[in-house]
Amino acid sequence: MHILIIEDDKQAADYLVNALDEAGHNVDHAGDGEMAFVMCDSSEYDVLVVDRMLPKMDGLSLLRKLRDRGDMTPALILSALGQVDDRVEGLRSGGDDYLTKPYAFSELLARIEVLSKRKIVDDTDTLITVCDLKLDRLSHKVFRGDIKILLQPREFRLLEYLMRNAGKVVTRTMLLEQVWDYHFDPQTNVIDVHISRLRGKIDKEFEFPLLHTIRGKGYILQKDSVD
Amino acid sequence: MQRLRKLFSVTAVRLTVLYSLLFGATALGLIFYVTAGTVTLLKQQVTVSINDELKEFAEIYEEAGLNGAISALELRSRAPGANLYIVSNPSGEILAGNVLNLEAGVLNNIGWTYHPFSYTRFDTSKSAEYRALARVVELPNGMRLLIGRDIGEPEKFRNLIFNSLALALGSMVTLGFLAWFFVGRRVLKRIDLVARSTDRIMSGDREERLPISGSGDEFDRLSVRLNSMLDRINLLDEGLKQVSDNIAHDLKTPLTRIRNSVEASLAKESKTAGHRQALENVLLESENLIKTFNALLMISQVESGSSTAQMAQQNISEITADIVELYEPAAEEQNFQLRARIEDDLKVNGNRELLSQMISNLIDNALKYGKSTTSDSSLIEVEARSLKGRVVITVADHGSGIPDNENGKVLQRFYRLEQSRNLPGSGLGLALVSAIAKMHFASLALKDNDPGLKVVIEFPV
Repeated sequence: MHILIIEDDKQAADYLVNALDEAGHNVDHAGDGEMAFVMCDSSEYDVLVVDRMLPKMDGLSLLRKLRDRGDMTPALILSALGQVDDRVEGLRSGGDDYLTKPYAFSELLARIEVLSKRKIVDDTDTLITVCDLKLDRLSHKVFRGDIKILLQPREFRLLEYLMRNAGKVVTRTMLLEQVWDYHFDPQTNVIDVHISRLRGKIDKEFEFPLLHTIRGKGYILQKDSVD
Repeated sequence: MQRLRKLFSVTAVRLTVLYSLLFGATALGLIFYVTAGTVTLLKQQVTVSINDELKEFAEIYEEAGLNGAISALELRSRAPGANLYIVSNPSGEILAGNVLNLEAGVLNNIGWTYHPFSYTRFDTSKSAEYRALARVVELPNGMRLLIGRDIGEPEKFRNLIFNSLALALGSMVTLGFLAWFFVGRRVLKRIDLVARSTDRIMSGDREERLPISGSGDEFDRLSVRLNSMLDRINLLDEGLKQVSDNIAHDLKTPLTRIRNSVEASLAKESKTAGHRQALENVLLESENLIKTFNALLMISQVESGSSTAQMAQQNISEITADIVELYEPAAEEQNFQLRARIEDDLKVNGNRELLSQMISNLIDNALKYGKSTTSDSSLIEVEARSLKGRVVITVADHGSGIPDNENGKVLQRFYRLEQSRNLPGSGLGLALVSAIAKMHFASLALKDNDPGLKVVIEFPV
């Protein structure tokens, strides 16, 4: 994936470039907003990682300018400002996701992968299929092979999100944000239990499991088990 | 000079000077207008009457010749309050009339002499000088006839107006200055007092307040306001101080643990497994630190009220039900029974995210501290209902509860009960709940659930 890191702090930028490079991505770096604006014009990127506070042109202005000229490259905003209002402002300015510093790299990586334009599933598809698992968004029915699976409404949304991002790691906070629309961290690990309930319905008593846990990172929905 | 400059910098004094100047200018204008008007009117009257008289003399002259005219003139000049009459030869020597002598050149000037000139009258014993306007005509034989009118009386009247106006104006300005000098000094004194108090406050005396004279004047009213502002600032300041104390105490501890872990690992003879364990410790500790930091920032932001922009009508029934649904599986797994009784469509004005987090924190707490000591399955009851129009949210557990004497303290940041210090947690959960409740103008009560804790949050109507 071709990623542009827009970050003025040298150390933070180097770390990101190296880490994303190791994760197998092709990474460019811009030190300020104006430079990033020019680079976005000359190259095609899959994801932008934008620091909010930048010299010359701040991250939000950069995004607004990019969106104004029709550049809809998915953008993840990185910021030390993490309150509800800040996030709302960031997303309104054209950001597609918002991550507060300090962050875990695995969280950033997972979010970048999910943001990428190279979606496996089309948003407009009403029928999502992963392996032998089928989800019909219109009739709200789920099948694994020929067996109908009954899900609660929230479980359905959880599964839909996992299937939509099949093959990619999704973290607990991503699930909390996308499925439950909460941006705080509950002290109790509530997501794990929801996942294991879902697993009990879609994986238990089937030939092979689809929903895997990746320790310390999150979950992934795919046929092959990880490591 | 210094004092004078200082006095002049007082607004009241400056205003007085400005008003005096404005009033003075207007009054002067008025005086000039009135006097100018008087003079013009006077000249017109004099002109008309002198012209009339000349016409009469011309008629007499035609009928009775020079001698007739002179005798008519002599007659008139003796009448009381008469005009001025002079008949002179071409060289200006006075031959007849009632004027002894007059300003040189007036007689030579054939026509009008409009500027008042001085003269001495024949018939008055005093040789006082009078002022008059006059017209001189040349008679056919080269002799000159002057007819003039004294303008002494109107002039006196004009001077009287001028003088009295000037006097009134002068005394008004003086009185104004005197009054304002004392008032201004009083104002200055009050301001000096206030300035001294502010100096003391700035130099660190937080308890100092602005003086109040008790007269209830505008200075008192201002001081009362400023004093309550100072009280509020003090309160916020104390909150800030408490936060920095908290940071010092409760954030340094995990930092020390991180440091120790790294040091211990570095001291060991390189063994990869040991390093890995140490790094994992460091990561875990720093994650906890970040969480604590975020919670602290969240509390201060909520307390300062800066997220009130996001307030809107919320369906608290749905918010509560969603959180219960989120926690239900986790509760069940930990052998809790999470029971919800939620009335439909309860509305409060607030922030969805914060309200969700508030209820989430309460259920978190109940899961952490609400383990029943007597039964296997502990019950947590979550309630949302309407009580006389007020929305009441209750979260109750059957754990060991909070001792009465620590009831207020658990709402403070980082405060943890003695028996729960070994459990994971930051001691910020209830502090955030309290801040969020306050932001929503809701009351928060910690009650004894006998056994257990019952948290009751009551929203305003």
